[in-house]
Amino acid sequence: MTKILAFAELKDGEIRNVSFETVAAARQIDESAEVVAVVLGSQNVEDAANQMIQYGADRAVTVTHDLLANYTSDGYTQAAMAVIEQEDPDGLVMGHTSAGKDLSPRIASKLDNGLVSDITGIEGDQFVRPIYSGKAFEKKTIKDGKTFVTIRPNNIAPLEQDGGRSGDITSLEVDIKDLRTIIKEVVRKASDGVDLSEANIIVAGGRGVKSEEGFEPLYELADVLGAAVGASRGACDAGYCDYSLQIGQTGKVVTPDLYIACGISGAIQHLAGMSNSKVIVAINKDPEANIFNVADYGIVGDLFDVVPKLTEELKALQVK
Amino acid sequence: MNIYVLMKKTFDTEEKIQINGGVIEDEGAEYIINPYDEYAIEEAIKIRDEHGGEVTVVTVGDEESEKQLRTALAMGADKAVLINTEEDLEEGDQYTTVRVLEAYFADQEVDIILAGNVAIDEASGQVGPRLADRLDIPYVTTITELNIDGDTVNIVRDVEGDEEKIETSLPLLVTCQQGLNEPRYPSLPGIMKAKKKPLEELEIDDLDLDEDDVEAKTETVKVFLPPEKEAGKVLEGETDEQVKELVSLLKSEAKVL
Ligand SMILES: Cc1cc2nc3c(=O)[nH]c(=O)nc-3n(C[C@H](O)[C@H](O)[C@H](O)COP(=O)(O)OP(=O)(O)OC[C@H]3O[C@@H](n4cnc5c(N)ncnc54)[C@H](O)[C@@H]3O)c2cc1C
Ligand SMILES: Cc1cc2nc3c(=O)[nH]c(=O)nc-3n(C[C@H](O)[C@H](O)[C@H](O)COP(=O)(O)OP(=O)(O)OC[C@H]3O[C@@H](n4cnc5c(N)ncnc54)[C@H](O)[C@@H]3O)c2cc1C
Repeated sequence: MTKILAFAELKDGEIRNVSFETVAAARQIDESAEVVAVVLGSQNVEDAANQMIQYGADRAVTVTHDLLANYTSDGYTQAAMAVIEQEDPDGLVMGHTSAGKDLSPRIASKLDNGLVSDITGIEGDQFVRPIYSGKAFEKKTIKDGKTFVTIRPNNIAPLEQDGGRSGDITSLEVDIKDLRTIIKEVVRKASDGVDLSEANIIVAGGRGVKSEEGFEPLYELADVLGAAVGASRGACDAGYCDYSLQIGQTGKVVTPDLYIACGISGAIQHLAGMSNSKVIVAINKDPEANIFNVADYGIVGDLFDVVPKLTEELKALQVK
Repeated sequence: MNIYVLMKKTFDTEEKIQINGGVIEDEGAEYIINPYDEYAIEEAIKIRDEHGGEVTVVTVGDEESEKQLRTALAMGADKAVLINTEEDLEEGDQYTTVRVLEAYFADQEVDIILAGNVAIDEASGQVGPRLADRLDIPYVTTITELNIDGDTVNIVRDVEGDEEKIETSLPLLVTCQQGLNEPRYPSLPGIMKAKKKPLEELEIDDLDLDEDDVEAKTETVKVFLPPEKEAGKVLEGETDEQVKELVSLLKSEAKVL
């Protein structure tokens, strides 16, 4: 039987959604595989392991260590390699997140293995991934060695949670040491609310929002929708919002179910970060704006008129 | 200080993508320096200006990569190295590129290597961390600030919008994120000087490698364009009506609410 490791990711002790997607991806790679969840962290590790099992893993291996509180390349490589050496898997799946992007190439290098990064689909042993900022796609395979992929968050649906499902959880002692990079401080800048890269709905503002206060109506709309707020670089450059909100080629790549672009012209570098969203709504006062070429639904109008009305309409709907 | 930059040429971001004979048509395409590698070049020049030393820009590419290397020299880099694989290799992947770079660096004294966070074409982000692992030096990805003081290096890195302050030491590899600096444009005197700066050309044979040593671990089976998106619906009427229609479409047609 093949064995595939599905790596969970914890942020401040909370398990991230992409973790469950790695389990689903492992199942898609091989329906009959033994899927082993790997949970590395400093707290809530056992709880996360249980959740991974409820989301479809067969069992879990955990490493708990103080030095795994925050991601470091050296600490996580030592922990991950210890698990890999113990389990000798046929496949590995990680999230294509900040940590996964940093860790996976190093593990691939240590295993002298190929790695297909940032995949959005699985077709047998072929992995679909966007290239040229989403202007094209490719299908890749790994010629020999272990099947090793990182998955773009929000593209591979997690399996249904089964609260009654159980499996073995074993913990592995790893002597983590000699970290060559030391984290002195973590400054949280990303908004507290919904995580942009995992959000199902995103309300994004561009230069058309015109000021920091101009983002208010967008936050109100996001509130009603349970959405995250994002931005174009135009809005970030103008100082209307923090760069942590930037979506696009040099910002975050997002794939929500619904993307509402307000006062964003639709520059190619912006589209690179959001054009794979399932449904795109554009609100722009210029009927010629390029964003309308990728939008499923467009409203030509002043966002300061349209957005508050949309919020009201949605509120009314929720009351009903 | 021995400062190295890894550079890849990429299609201009405005370039339209077409597929011809199963591969991406590159005939007549405009190339640029991968935008993240521009940050790397700019930072390398700043480090040299502050601490002394030399900036060498290295690429694994083909004949045409010379143009982007000259641009890097015009920005202010001191030397360029083109590892030309055109004659020797048909296929490759990140593993290939890193094996070639590893062989090159085996003979160099390195203090710091600066790479881009990702290349905007193939966009795996693998090359930096893989190379650091091979060279057995620490690495820090997506950096937005870098300060070197003796052997100690203080870095700010972007983690999905949050900031991490990190302390590490040389030798080191970093990958550069937007926000690190504002890359300069080559000046006219810079362009003139660049023509005379050393550009060394190597083949894999010069690095004691042959085709088998660098054989790709992955294979591209197919390249395809996303399905044409059907023209979207632009909603008509007064704002109130448009908004009502939108909500109803999102509910019943798109089913995302
Ligand atoms: C190497 C490189 C990388 C880049 N990376 C990114 C990236 O990651 N992300 C990104 O977004 N950009 C990126 N850019 C920048 C990109 O090219 C555009 O400049 C940027 O996306 C424009 O932002 P915008 O659409 O908000 O602003 P504009 O292009 O100025 O558009 C503003 C829009 O708002 C509309 N508008 C104005 N007022 C209103 C109103 N009251 N109601 C409704 N609509 C209104 C206007 O009609 C216009 O369409 C990059 C550029 C380069 C060169
Ligand atoms: C003969 C040959 C054929 C190839 N064919 C293919 C192919 O069909 N498909 C494919 O995906 N790859 C191919 N490659 C590998 C390709 O050239 C890239 O180096 C590799 O894919 C890494 O690309 P990436 O976009 O994932 O880089 P990333 O890992 O995203 O790049 C990150 C950073 O690494 C550095 N870097 C990346 N590539 C280079 C480079 N070539 N030289 C110097 N620094 C670099 C840059 O600083 C860059 O910003 C081939 C290589 C060779 C030698």
